[in-house]
Amino acid sequence: MTVFAASDKKTPPADDPHGRMARANRRDTRTGLSFVAPWLVGFLIFTLYPIIASLYYSFCDYRVLSPPHWVGLRNYIDLFTDHDYFLQSLWNTAFMFIELPIGLVLGLAIALLLNQKLKGMAFFRTLYYVPSVVPTVASSILWLWLLNPDYGLVNKSLALLHLPHNFTWLNDRVWAKPGFIVMDLWSVGGGMIIYLASLQGVPQYLYEAADLDGASPWDKLRHVTIPSISPVIFFNLILGVIGTFQYFTQAFVMTGANGSVGGPANSTLFFSLYLYQNAFQYFRMGYACAMAWVLFIFTLIASAVVFKTSAGWVYYEGEK
Amino acid sequence: MAAGPRRTQSKRKLQKWLTLIVLIVLSGLFLFPLLWMLSTALKPMEETILQPPTWIPTHWRWRNFPDAFTYDSKSIGYIPFLVYGHNTIILCMLTVSGAVVSNSIIAYGFARLRWPGRELAFAVTLATMMIPFPVLMVPLYTMFRHFGWVGTYRPLWIPVWFGSAFNIFLLRQFFRTIPFELSEAARIDGCSEVGIFSLVILPLAKPALAVVALFTFMATWNDFLGPLIYLLDQKTFTLSLGLQFYQNQHGGGEWNLLMAASAIVVAPMIALFFFTQKQFIEGIALTGIKG
Repeated sequence: MTVFAASDKKTPPADDPHGRMARANRRDTRTGLSFVAPWLVGFLIFTLYPIIASLYYSFCDYRVLSPPHWVGLRNYIDLFTDHDYFLQSLWNTAFMFIELPIGLVLGLAIALLLNQKLKGMAFFRTLYYVPSVVPTVASSILWLWLLNPDYGLVNKSLALLHLPHNFTWLNDRVWAKPGFIVMDLWSVGGGMIIYLASLQGVPQYLYEAADLDGASPWDKLRHVTIPSISPVIFFNLILGVIGTFQYFTQAFVMTGANGSVGGPANSTLFFSLYLYQNAFQYFRMGYACAMAWVLFIFTLIASAVVFKTSAGWVYYEGEK
Repeated sequence: MAAGPRRTQSKRKLQKWLTLIVLIVLSGLFLFPLLWMLSTALKPMEETILQPPTWIPTHWRWRNFPDAFTYDSKSIGYIPFLVYGHNTIILCMLTVSGAVVSNSIIAYGFARLRWPGRELAFAVTLATMMIPFPVLMVPLYTMFRHFGWVGTYRPLWIPVWFGSAFNIFLLRQFFRTIPFELSEAARIDGCSEVGIFSLVILPLAKPALAVVALFTFMATWNDFLGPLIYLLDQKTFTLSLGLQFYQNQHGGGEWNLLMAASAIVVAPMIALFFFTQKQFIEGIALTGIKG
């Protein structure tokens, strides 16, 4: 009886199709749209228009002061044929991708350590995260000093431990990129804190069940922990792919400024750095836009690869 | 059977000690660079290249800080770090207020109101996070140039007042956790939607708004590419851009002054992090975990 009464209330009055209910719906729509209006306007002006314009410019010869002039696929053909710098910047950026697996393993390992219940853990969590709140320009200058071949703390510490310590780091085409990777790993805390937050959400009963089955710590890591936090690993990987393609500030501060184009023998001329130089130093805006679209497509492909392979290892709760 | 309770207990203890030792050893790698920054910032120039290096300066040179603040170079003149700090604070106030006000209004529209096309609009909003900034960079620059905004702070804060996908997402997640019965009750009492938003939802959303304010403040403080593109006059630089400019003029050499200048830019961020750790962790929990 009550069930029927309740459901009766919810049916719209059949004799009033365009009356009160429709008016209420229209009002809801109007209210909803007025709340999101700033975003809709902002999206059109600051996102949609620039995307379309940048695609158009990428087919143009465009040098800011004169209006864009259609040249078809020329910029794209130029990218891959007559500029060595472009291919080199692509290679330099590709090299930096080895940072992703290292950062993932290191970030996860530290998160696992910090997830144990010990006194004083809050202190360690803070300590490991602090490098991630250091502004990039400041950390770049700091690492310029730390990686100084003669007086830097890094080489000095290696010498103290009787390890090879004559690295020339940023002054050398071979060691410049590893120098950047060492610096970036210092702020691995950014990924670590996200892993830590998700580790704390892994249900305890899964571990208890694994204990009953006599699972070793390694088994638990492989079959309980990693599958449980795989969506977050996936999320971090995608962020890492996007971030690596847009690697800019560090390279600009450490090797890109001061007239030198991109470090020793252009070994740190990263994709986004070269793109910036084309746009704002050589004023080849059309060429820069073509580069940006290549970047966009690469980002999408790389993310799609991560996404596709993720089907095998990412588990979403309640999906199995 | 073999592993009795006592043995498991001692194994646990061993594991705790091992964890602690690894954490202490590793923490050096994370802490020493910052300590080295501070140590260098307090040394006289000659001591920065002393062999073997010293951690504790033999002569504490506190003057490095005022020197870095008011560095007077013969070639480029006075480097006004106090002005940079002032500029950065003003810009942060403009972006933080904009981000808090507009993203909360927008997120309310996405989280608490029903309208046709809402899910699609939200999906598009999330998708914009995938667009690399360089794709938008050139047209935004030419557009702002056309508006006559290049050389002013406007390109750096006006877009913030139109919301950003990340903050909308963060606030929407939070708004959805507030019971809908509260809104219904207010509606029955004749409260308007604006009233519900400002009198019911906003007071409850203070922690999430604090997270947005915090993240926006830090992002503005750290931003380098934006000021690099849009700010032309040295007097208008922000701290990040000013610091890079300073380093570029100095080159290598006066590492003590460079480290002192860097420490001035870093210290407020670390202090802010220490005082807002709770909001920080909450913010990450709100955005990262849902996968």
